Amino acid sequence: MKTIILKTASRYLLPLLLLFSVFILLRGHYLPGGGFVGGLVAAISFVLHAFANGLSNTRLLLKYHPRILIPIGLGLSLLSGFVPMLFGEPFMKGLWFPEPLPVIGMVGSALFFDIGVYFVVIGVTLTILFTISETTQLEE
Amino acid sequence: MTDNHIVLPVITHLFTAVVLIFFWKKTRISRIISVVANSILVISSFVLFTRTWNAGVFTMQAGNWPAPFGITFVADVFSSTMVLLTSLSGMAVSMYSAVGVSKARMKFGYFPLLHFLLMGLNGAFLTGDIFNLYVWFEIIIISSFVLMTLGGRKPQIEGGIKYVAANLMASVIFLTGIAILYGLTGSLNMADLSRKVALIPNRHLINITALLFLVGFGIKSAVFPLFLWLPSSYHTPPSAIAAVFGGLLTKVGVYALLRVFTLIFVPDDFIAFTLMAVATATLLTGAFGAIIQKDIRRILSYLIVCHVGYMVAGLGLFTETALTGSLFYLIHDIMVKTNLFLVSGLIYKIKGTIKLEQAGSLYAAYPKLSLLMALVLFSMVGVPPLSGFWPKIYLFQAAFAAHSYTVIGAIIVASFFTLYITAKLWAEVFWKDAPTGVARHSDLYNRMNHYGKALLVTPVILLAIVTLYIGLGAENIARVSVHIAQELMDPSPYINAVLGEVVLEP
Repeated sequence: MKTIILKTASRYLLPLLLLFSVFILLRGHYLPGGGFVGGLVAAISFVLHAFANGLSNTRLLLKYHPRILIPIGLGLSLLSGFVPMLFGEPFMKGLWFPEPLPVIGMVGSALFFDIGVYFVVIGVTLTILFTISETTQLEE
Repeated sequence: MTDNHIVLPVITHLFTAVVLIFFWKKTRISRIISVVANSILVISSFVLFTRTWNAGVFTMQAGNWPAPFGITFVADVFSSTMVLLTSLSGMAVSMYSAVGVSKARMKFGYFPLLHFLLMGLNGAFLTGDIFNLYVWFEIIIISSFVLMTLGGRKPQIEGGIKYVAANLMASVIFLTGIAILYGLTGSLNMADLSRKVALIPNRHLINITALLFLVGFGIKSAVFPLFLWLPSSYHTPPSAIAAVFGGLLTKVGVYALLRVFTLIFVPDDFIAFTLMAVATATLLTGAFGAIIQKDIRRILSYLIVCHVGYMVAGLGLFTETALTGSLFYLIHDIMVKTNLFLVSGLIYKIKGTIKLEQAGSLYAAYPKLSLLMALVLFSMVGVPPLSGFWPKIYLFQAAFAAHSYTVIGAIIVASFFTLYITAKLWAEVFWKDAPTGVARHSDLYNRMNHYGKALLVTPVILLAIVTLYIGLGAENIARVSVHIAQELMDPSPYINAVLGEVVLEP
């Protein structure tokens, strides 16, 4: 699908969608949203870019293979569960800073867990999509 | 007692898996990391075992949410014994895989998946929440499915599809059971369920729910008539993977049966009868199936099915002695079955075949190695004083006390056939002269350097030593089994440990 409209739109939609995904990620703890949905939205923004400009261009844009996000995300989630253990609390107990940060809001170990999920979802979704489109391209 | 030590067997595997993903293509480093992590876990789970042995039940509320609402991790002696056995087999398998698994497989993420699988196993043993148990089962299925099909040869995919179809069905049935149970009681915590299910007056409904769990776990632990997926899939993956599957995967099903049917659904006459009938049929069909097979791994697969019958029979009899027998058998079986699959891999490396008629004269070529393998084989049969002998005494005692002569008959028949099959295996693979006319296979084992040979044989020796200890130090293992059986017969310490310290804050 090489249409000029989609191509132009995707250039603006990519950063917008990414920003939106971060917004969804941050509001997620008490309101609908969170790491999983945020990650999907972020992945979709890249998929849209790939539709408009071709997979190879999205590859160039990403610089690293999205696969690397999977262990990073898993590690981040795991560490966020570890932190409470340093304070003598059970694994995965939510620890929060007392004061909210500007823009971001309340920051705690649960947020880092969500960020980990966000990365894993982006990594997994893009790896799957890239792999599938690679094989279909080979067959063509 | 709240203690974070409980989650270490789970977290360590997850952490190792994450680190291993970073070293995806670097096979040499992966092997070292995997073996080191597993060695740490053996020590860690041994410490956990001694602590639960000395101090009773440990609990950990994940996220500090109090018991019936949050997810509880519980380590009693039963759980920690299972974790210890998992760590031992995990360590043996990861050492063996360093040489026994091809580099191509390693590059497709063999080691991270192995650790995800072990994490799932440990999680299933340690969780105190029935829905969480389901989640761990899913983790086990997904990682084992990928491990089984890794390499993508045609028979592997075929076996993998049968495996996944059967196990997904089991999950659906298990999940339905959980849903009904939640509808009845409004709780998912196993200790809480134990209290609440006992109070429900409609026992027929409880029995039907119990049957859903029985079918779900029955498929996973491969009892009659739900075992057909096992012999048609376990011979396809490489031996190192088959060792984890054969040693541990069906045993998770048995663990879940033992846990759920002592804690939540205490067997009444109907359930006890069903369990015994199933056990008898499993013992017989497994034994008959194994006789006609002509391939070492398929024989072993049927023997897995056959021997699950012993453990289910002990549960069906439901006395302290019978459960002691079941648990002793469980401990012995995990070690022996893991080792036997490793041995079959070793035979394959040496002879290039695992078909009975093509193999032969192994004893002439490798007398010491053959004696080692003989030790493992005859431990499985239970030639006294080796390990398989002792649990059967307990089972006999319990069955005589309950006057269930059908079960005694089935146990005798199954033991006899196991002996016959083992003798046949020994005669065909080790004593018989190598058949002429078969294309000579170059001995891969002989061409390895000392380092490679050591890595292949050490895990077998290690597990053989543990098996030997189970046989010769039977007194200690029996003490552990009796202790666990008492825990299972009287779950109140477990329940109190989970729910006792609940303080509901306003």
